[in-house]
Amino acid sequence: MSHLLPELRQRAEDLVALYPHQRSATIPLCHLAQEQDGYLTEDAMVEIAELTGTTPAEVFGTASFYDLLHLEPVGAYVVGVCTNIACLLAGGIELLEHAKRSLGVPVGGTTPDGTFTLEECECLGDCDVAPCVQVNSRFVRTTTPVAFDALVAELRDGGRSGEIPRFGTLCRVRRSVGLVVPRDQVAAERTKVRLAAAPANGPSS
Amino acid sequence: MAKLDAPHIVTSRLGYEDSHTLSRYLETGGYASLRKALAMSPADVAAEVDAASLLGRGGAGFPAGRKWSMLRKADLSYLVVNGDESEPATFKDRMLMERDPHQLVEGIVISAWALQVSMAFVFVRGEFALGLERVTQAVNDAYRHGALGRDIFGSGFSIDLVVHPGAGAYICGDETGLLESLEGKRGFPRIKPPYFPAAMGLYGEPTVVNNVETLSNVPWIVANGGRAFAALGQGRSAGTRLFALAGRVNRPGVYELEMVHNTFRDLIFDPALGGGTQGGVAIKAFIPGGVSSPWFGPELLDVPLGQDEVAEHGSMLGSGSIVVIGEHDCAVRAAWRITKFFQRESCGQCTPCREGAGWLERILRRIESGGGRHEDVDLLLDVCDNIAPGLGWPPQQTTICPLGPSIPSSIVSAISMCKAEFAAHVDQGRCPYA
Repeated sequence: MSHLLPELRQRAEDLVALYPHQRSATIPLCHLAQEQDGYLTEDAMVEIAELTGTTPAEVFGTASFYDLLHLEPVGAYVVGVCTNIACLLAGGIELLEHAKRSLGVPVGGTTPDGTFTLEECECLGDCDVAPCVQVNSRFVRTTTPVAFDALVAELRDGGRSGEIPRFGTLCRVRRSVGLVVPRDQVAAERTKVRLAAAPANGPSS
Repeated sequence: MAKLDAPHIVTSRLGYEDSHTLSRYLETGGYASLRKALAMSPADVAAEVDAASLLGRGGAGFPAGRKWSMLRKADLSYLVVNGDESEPATFKDRMLMERDPHQLVEGIVISAWALQVSMAFVFVRGEFALGLERVTQAVNDAYRHGALGRDIFGSGFSIDLVVHPGAGAYICGDETGLLESLEGKRGFPRIKPPYFPAAMGLYGEPTVVNNVETLSNVPWIVANGGRAFAALGQGRSAGTRLFALAGRVNRPGVYELEMVHNTFRDLIFDPALGGGTQGGVAIKAFIPGGVSSPWFGPELLDVPLGQDEVAEHGSMLGSGSIVVIGEHDCAVRAAWRITKFFQRESCGQCTPCREGAGWLERILRRIESGGGRHEDVDLLLDVCDNIAPGLGWPPQQTTICPLGPSIPSSIVSAISMCKAEFAAHVDQGRCPYA
């Protein structure tokens, strides 16, 4: 019984097929599982392991390394405030302090209604609009406490849902084609070259 | 005086609202370079890039042509494009991916032809949702247009390109960390040797890893010739380059400038560029090439924006990001926050980096918060010396990758340029700038 719903399961299989080695699909599949569940559940990791030819422990080991992969539930909107150097100079720490008060949660905390999770981020690469704030990996360009509060109110009312999907949906554009250059063609070519290059008395593989 | 008459090589379409679309790209000459390249031999295309003296735009500044020439000949080989831009205050690759993704795709396909690789990947930083969407859309459109996939433009050449999302880890900007991540693992940089993925890269096969900006230059180089590119700039620093300017300036942003013929002063003060400092504050220091680079003081504002020119003065142009620190900004606080970044992003494989970064962050935090001791400055330098012995530049390496040895840059800079500030923190028991 698949944990991933049929449509996502199909997309997962399509993703695996893009890579020469199925394990490479691990992180894309983690994103996919978060798209369904909002975070990485144990059942999802078991299924990702099965799809990528690894073990759940290996999926967990990989996932636990990365900031965007969450092993516990997070809010529908993960709000990241950058305090790295360019944002520091522009008041990033002060904006983060405001965000904590405004949302009523510490860094890493989620509001009781499950709407917001607050994170302190490293440089997000929007340094000309500092301090930088992202919601679900989207730049929202609210650099003042007033603008921040307006954004929070808007998100609470569902006002930006068209622009900012719930946490987990990273890329809304789907690849429209599978791999069009058959891999067995490449593999056959490689085998041919290997055989041609192998010494006559070399070890057989 | 700033020299602003160079052609816009990678930013020519940014004036258009729809610069990211295939229709705009085709209207502005897009994919003509790919057709031209496919009519040339792969070796001739590579020769043009070599003649261009195109230095890698990711941070290390390794010549792209030389990197290409090192690719071990094999039937399975890969081109991996590094779009995991995460060096603090660097925001030019994101702009290229969001605003001109077809230029990148065209650069990738031309490079794949020149290198005769069997497959290509573009690794896009996970925090760049819009960039991911734009590049994915461009790839879909390029397939439909016949510029990607099987028998590209009827040439008989075929290549697939996979857009791979990152998941948030600075260390994946290191090329071997990126390859590990692309293989579905933690982004642990690989032990060297082998030194270059060109010998042993993705899945153990020969691999070229190039930066987004580097490959975005390729269509122009093919269209205009490597020599036209090399005619811009000076010496090894050829062509134009994107400079990301942030901090205490009036007009922060990304500017494409001819290399060497402009200085840091031009970039920061020209009305068409940085437009001077906010409120006219004096510059205490500026970071010349990302937070991994040692800082420069205002006496070095007239150093030209060139790779060797910056290196001569003991720093690096790195990722091309310049941060201006004003006279009223606390150097201790700046060094602390940069160190906190490295501490968070250390992958944890090597002891000097994993432990050292944490120690340094805690010492700097206590100085900044008023609990420091006078001997802390020597302690900081001692710990730094254990990570990068000698504290010179370029740093001695005690670790697998350059992340660890980059940690001392800001700390040693802050101490050597603003030592009195450290003493003032300790004497006053608080940050004098707070």
